[in-house]
Amino acid sequence: MQLAVRDISVSFGARRALKDVTFTVPSQGRALLLGPSGSGKSTLLNTICGLQRPDQGEVQLGEHHLVGPDGLAGADQIRRGYMGIIFQTLRLISALDVRKNLLLAQRLQNGASDPDLVDATLARLGLGDKAQARPFELSQGEAQRAAIARALVVSPAILIADEPTSALDHANTQIVAQLLIEAAETAGASLLIATHDERLMPFFERRIDLVDGRVSA
Amino acid sequence: MIDLALAYLRDRPLTTALNVLLLAISTAMLILLLQFSSQVRDRFERDVQGVDLVVGAKGSPLQLILSSLFHIDQPTGNIPLESLDMLRNDPAIARAVPLALGDNFRGYRIVGTDHSFAGLYDLQLAQGAHFDRPMQAVLGADVAAQTGATLGQKFIGSHGFATDEDGAQGHEHAVFETVGILRPSGTVADRLILVSYQSVWDVHGIAHDGDDFLSVEADHADTRHDHDDHAHDDGDHDVSHRVAGNGDKGAQANRLSTSQDVSRGGLLQGASRAPGPGPEPELTAILVTYRNASAAVRVPAMIDRQTQMQAAVPAIETARLLGLLGASFEGLRIFAWLLAMTGGLAIFVALLNMARARESDLALLRVMGASRMQVFATVILEGVITALLGALAGWLGAHALLSLARANFPSLAEMGLSAWGPLAGEAALILAVLAIGTVAAFVPALRVYRLDPAHLLARG
Ligand SMILES: Nc1ncnc2c1ncn2[C@@H]1O[C@H](COP(=O)(O)OP(=O)(O)OP(=O)(O)O)[C@@H](O)[C@H]1O
Ligand SMILES: [Mg+2]
Repeated sequence: MQLAVRDISVSFGARRALKDVTFTVPSQGRALLLGPSGSGKSTLLNTICGLQRPDQGEVQLGEHHLVGPDGLAGADQIRRGYMGIIFQTLRLISALDVRKNLLLAQRLQNGASDPDLVDATLARLGLGDKAQARPFELSQGEAQRAAIARALVVSPAILIADEPTSALDHANTQIVAQLLIEAAETAGASLLIATHDERLMPFFERRIDLVDGRVSA
Repeated sequence: MIDLALAYLRDRPLTTALNVLLLAISTAMLILLLQFSSQVRDRFERDVQGVDLVVGAKGSPLQLILSSLFHIDQPTGNIPLESLDMLRNDPAIARAVPLALGDNFRGYRIVGTDHSFAGLYDLQLAQGAHFDRPMQAVLGADVAAQTGATLGQKFIGSHGFATDEDGAQGHEHAVFETVGILRPSGTVADRLILVSYQSVWDVHGIAHDGDDFLSVEADHADTRHDHDDHAHDDGDHDVSHRVAGNGDKGAQANRLSTSQDVSRGGLLQGASRAPGPGPEPELTAILVTYRNASAAVRVPAMIDRQTQMQAAVPAIETARLLGLLGASFEGLRIFAWLLAMTGGLAIFVALLNMARARESDLALLRVMGASRMQVFATVILEGVITALLGALAGWLGAHALLSLARANFPSLAEMGLSAWGPLAGEAALILAVLAIGTVAAFVPALRVYRLDPAHLLARG
């Protein structure tokens, strides 16, 4: 599914965080959203996910309008149906173990869980022996992979990640980037990652530079 | 969502346990109160059944009812035997059951009456036959079970209504023989020993038609008699051993109960009050069943106006008694409800903290596709589950306590207190506790319902 972002502007009070942002990510494409801290990357991803109401502009995923003339109407449903999201601070639910976190994500998506897919995904990300562990018992890298696994088990059309490697050293950054790309490929999903980490660049076919809320050429 | 609610509860075990405990204690208290008052009420109703009026000597009507219907207090005094015929000849009266009280055997009251008593409570014999001669006795089911008495067993009544180890005043000259044992009836009759009222006179040496006059012993004629130097002495004890005739062991067992002097009420007083021509045969009370409704107006008025007796209506007196009991239960009940409210408040505080601490979790749930209703339900479920655990633990605790009490204090079982019989009121109570949990969860849940997930997630 192609992601199309058109003329998005967002302001917080007097401050304009995003100005006329336009770009597309083709179906099964891979795009990197690059920009320094405070440039508006997180704000843009939130808007794409239908969590932030823009002042103007549209976001379209395939045929579906996430953000458009009708505001955010239907955004929840489209996000639930087609998006796998990895948050900057991971946000695993600490009351549940890793496996239950994944099962819950599936159940929230379509009311049913698919334990086989959960176990296969955990195994693929090398978390087979951490399935019963609670999030606070994981290392940073393991937690990162658990968050990726959670985004994958809902079989998304697009995988969206905010700073997935910000806490990782160089070696782990390479591994996680590799993982994300593989995962997106096996799931047949497109991939959109926000980062200030230039080291990720070689993995992506497309880059969108964000400076001060604007896409620079 | 239940999984999640359970996981959240497990995640803070101490708080959850405390909240459950608070609710469990209050639930248990409420159930115990409920069971107790309803079983006492039940018991009263079973003992009152079929008795529209109790006629006895003047005094407190409550005391009259307690002594002659429930067999727990001292009688108010005696009434003339003729009153029985007078009542039985009244066309508006279907049944009049005579009672002559005064003695016990190991704490079980010996009730002098006639065969109409069995009809009153629909008593069935388990063994043997009904008494039809003086000094024959029919034992209630509990009496037989507790004393181990069998058919043909002889025993001696003791004076008064309670056992008192060293009072040493038995009626050794008058030995009862067990001729029948009753089936359990769930009424006070289970704890009574039924004999003919003529036997009671015989025991107390009261002359009556068709029987030999037995000499009235000094202590029976004197209200201020002294235990230490009255006629019953070692010699008498020997007599008792002989007549009991059940071997040494049996005789000892039969002599176990000793009497407590009764200075008011009972036949003793009746006997001693009539020093002139000698004691008259008297009754303690008469239990009356009406034939028709009009009797309810006429008969009590007639008795109060035309005789020296009083007429007490069991329904009124038991209502008054239950009212008295109810008042003391009421205080406990209010306390228990306050405790339950405290439990609710504790749930409220815990969930409010939870909602604040897990705001980001819950926002995440929303982002991952949970509806507002679903996150709302998660919080409500936590409250309901806590309340449910508390209510169940309280219910189990209360009933375990009841069966424990029953096992350790047979007297509770005798009172008819059963352990596991669930009551309709209990279901209502458990629902009320659940409602407390729900209400307590409502505000925190509403807070979560209003959460704006975008706002929370926007900050990385
Ligand atoms: N909810 C908000 N209210 C007010 N201002 C906000 C809000 N969210 C973001 N901003 C502002 O918008 C700008 C862009 O923030 P954003 O979080 O999108 O940056 P970012 O590129 O993700 O930075 P980083 O790399 O540090 O995560 C910042 O100046 C920030 O202060
Ligand atoms: Mg950011």
